[in-house]
Amino acid sequence: MKIRIKFRKYGNLKFIGHLDVQRFFQKCVRRAGIDVAYTTGFSPHQIMSFAAPLGIGLESGGEYMDMEVNSFSGSEDTVKRLNEAGAEGIEILSAKVLPEGAGNAMASVAAAGYTIRFREGREPDFDWKEKLADFFAKESIMITKETKKSTMEMDIRPGIYEWSLKDEALYLLVDASSSGNIKPGMVVEAFLSENGDALKENALLIYREETYMEAPTDLNNEALETAITVQTCNKKLVPLDAIGEVI
Amino acid sequence: MNKLALSDDILMKIEKPARYIGGEVNSVVKDKSEVDMRIAMCFPDVYEIGMSHLGIQILYDMFNKFKGVWCERVYSPWVDLDAVMRKENIPLFALESQDPIKEFDWLCITIQYEMCYTNILQVLDLSGIPLLSKQRGEDCPIVIGGGPCAYNPEPIADFFDIFYIGEGETQYEALVALYRECCDSGLGRKEFLRRAAKLPGMYVPAFYEVTYKEDGTIEAFTPTEEGIPKTVLKEIEKEVSNTYYPEKPLVPFMRVTQDRVVLEIMRGCIRGCRFCQAGQIYRPVRERDIEMLKEYAVKMLKNSGQEEISLSSLSSSDYKKLPELIDFLIEDCSKNHVNISLPSLRIDAFSLDVMSKVQDVKKTSLTFAPEAGSQRLRNVINKGLTEEDIINGATLAFEGGWTRVKLYFMLGLPTETEEDIRGLAELSNKIAATFFDTVPKDKRVNGKVQIVTSTSFFIPKPFTPFQWAKQCTKEEFLDKAYITKKAISEQLNQRSIKYNWHEADTSVLEGVLARGDRRVGEALLKVYEKGAIYDAWSEYFDNAKWLEAFDECGLDIGFYTTRERSLDEIFPWDFIDCGVTKEFLKREWLKAQKEEISYNCRKQCQGCGANRFESGVCFDEHYDDNTPCWS
Repeated sequence: MKIRIKFRKYGNLKFIGHLDVQRFFQKCVRRAGIDVAYTTGFSPHQIMSFAAPLGIGLESGGEYMDMEVNSFSGSEDTVKRLNEAGAEGIEILSAKVLPEGAGNAMASVAAAGYTIRFREGREPDFDWKEKLADFFAKESIMITKETKKSTMEMDIRPGIYEWSLKDEALYLLVDASSSGNIKPGMVVEAFLSENGDALKENALLIYREETYMEAPTDLNNEALETAITVQTCNKKLVPLDAIGEVI
Repeated sequence: MNKLALSDDILMKIEKPARYIGGEVNSVVKDKSEVDMRIAMCFPDVYEIGMSHLGIQILYDMFNKFKGVWCERVYSPWVDLDAVMRKENIPLFALESQDPIKEFDWLCITIQYEMCYTNILQVLDLSGIPLLSKQRGEDCPIVIGGGPCAYNPEPIADFFDIFYIGEGETQYEALVALYRECCDSGLGRKEFLRRAAKLPGMYVPAFYEVTYKEDGTIEAFTPTEEGIPKTVLKEIEKEVSNTYYPEKPLVPFMRVTQDRVVLEIMRGCIRGCRFCQAGQIYRPVRERDIEMLKEYAVKMLKNSGQEEISLSSLSSSDYKKLPELIDFLIEDCSKNHVNISLPSLRIDAFSLDVMSKVQDVKKTSLTFAPEAGSQRLRNVINKGLTEEDIINGATLAFEGGWTRVKLYFMLGLPTETEEDIRGLAELSNKIAATFFDTVPKDKRVNGKVQIVTSTSFFIPKPFTPFQWAKQCTKEEFLDKAYITKKAISEQLNQRSIKYNWHEADTSVLEGVLARGDRRVGEALLKVYEKGAIYDAWSEYFDNAKWLEAFDECGLDIGFYTTRERSLDEIFPWDFIDCGVTKEFLKREWLKAQKEEISYNCRKQCQGCGANRFESGVCFDEHYDDNTPCWS
């Protein structure tokens, strides 16, 4: 049986990396006495899959981890046990049973929503809120992406699904799939450079609100109602745990 | 959640910020209003190393069991953060509360190796604590040192207020009580230290004075006040099965060096290898009760969620109920997917059987530590391991499927000749040949055997029979490494043998610090002022700075390392009584030169003096245990 765990990562633990989060859960499920399944072979390991890596320094309210279990003591009990065995800075929000044959968390990720704020005193030197609409109205937004081997030009506009301005914060819904992942910082950087400005050091406070997958065709109506439709590419997005069930 | 001592900006620009945030599972956070004593426990190296140390985990657990005491941890900031803290004047802080170390009552530093001495100064300096004990005022924490290097505390005596000599489980409760009493009566720092100096195991350097002869050796080492003891007897925990041990080990977020549950099965070693300090200072050997070990293994695994458990001791094969313990662990652990790691095991049919059950034969290598290349020299160092033992062990191992063997040797041992050195190359070759003789061609994985032969340079240590020995010069060390390299290249199976040797500069300095006296402290201060830290890390070790510092202080490195010491010389550490008598060590030193071996503690008592502690192996029945020492 596959369980999808939703958790939030906050506070001081924003400084631990993705591998540390994986290690944390490997030990946390053991402390919690979760009946997690292991691979067979000479060095068995827990069957687990993590959705989208979260960079150091980011907080999130919508992180996901899948685990295969041999037996399940119920959603409520699992959440309670994991939180008791956990650490301040990672809070388990839900534990849902996935339908048979569901794809793993990592492969399912299609998009992520981020709220982005400028740290005090590190705002751009121009009236940035005024300029957002023009920027996102562009047909293409070219950036230079540096990889270990080469630098390449890419258009990030198609991967920006939604944007809005709430209070002092920019909300972005962007492609987070393994093939087209867009980091919110890349978008802000492109925006500032378009306006002749540059990002100040450690200027952004980024919060991942939610991680989304494409809604499967057989999804129940209730869940479908919450789906976000992305007009530009005709995708229907639902939170990663929309396909799971509280048991 | 605590507010961090470091800003987001700093944490985002340094390497591995997880080193500095605390909050690990099983870390202890207490309500400040309910504690009257704050203790910072320090390992003066980077977090990943410090977090892997068992001693700190034991003492952390112990102190936090004391009512009203809150013990936290602090490690050396890595060089990147070190630079930021100096530039921005950020005081060093403890991980749990993130409060500055300067506000603590005590700063306890464990001193595990000599090359961390500059990191001790780094920790004091970043904390805003004057480096010299005599410059510290009432607002400073009491700085206490402990661990193996405290057995010759003299090179760092000026930097510490107190050294705790021996095992930490026994006297800290009394020291805490004394501290509280002195605080309550407003007696002040000096009076606390004076009274502390009279507690068992405590050495307060400020109350002792050293005079030197013209030749530079010590004339006298005397207390400066009435009532201060002339010698300090080490502390030991006699009841190792009924004492402090953590049931809830700390679980770091980031990967650390020892990322597993550690079960200390026994303290001390029966073997008496003559170069080994641990084998002397942890006498007498005391085994923990097997029922205690089983109970702790289960609890620690449950409470930490770790997937690996390691048995720890100086020579695990000498733990009498090892088979029963391992059976229990295999039974209990395998159903819970726990790996067992078994360092320092003798290679024989039993251990190979166990290892093939708990490890992947293809992936692991076997380790032999003959330490010396010839039987003659192995008798000198009292390493009762014969070539036959090694070849038999290797044969069994190769039959069992192992193809990788590590061999550890020392170069520069007393009485060593070129022939002895050639012996280690020949032994490496014989082991490779054993593989080809044992494993038929069609059964060889990749057709190969891999022998990794490593040599370190011998450094005489205090409280060993070799404390009188001459250490080699750097040039002699390098010559010996060259001879080894050449001898290996002349072997028939040289292509199966990889040779590594240790750095010579560090070994020379380690020798100075190991047997140094109080005058060395000045050079330490100087080298630190020149910017030396993390000397145990080859990428940061700068030999030139050290040579300059010794030069400026007018200290001769050769005096501490290559000088012949006479049998009646007063050593800087002689005021410490480590349980083993100087007479015994002398006897062993003379026997070594006659190439005579001494039996292990179980077979026949050698009269070392440790039986005065009325505990452990000294009171077990003797039996004819002829098994050799391997680890």
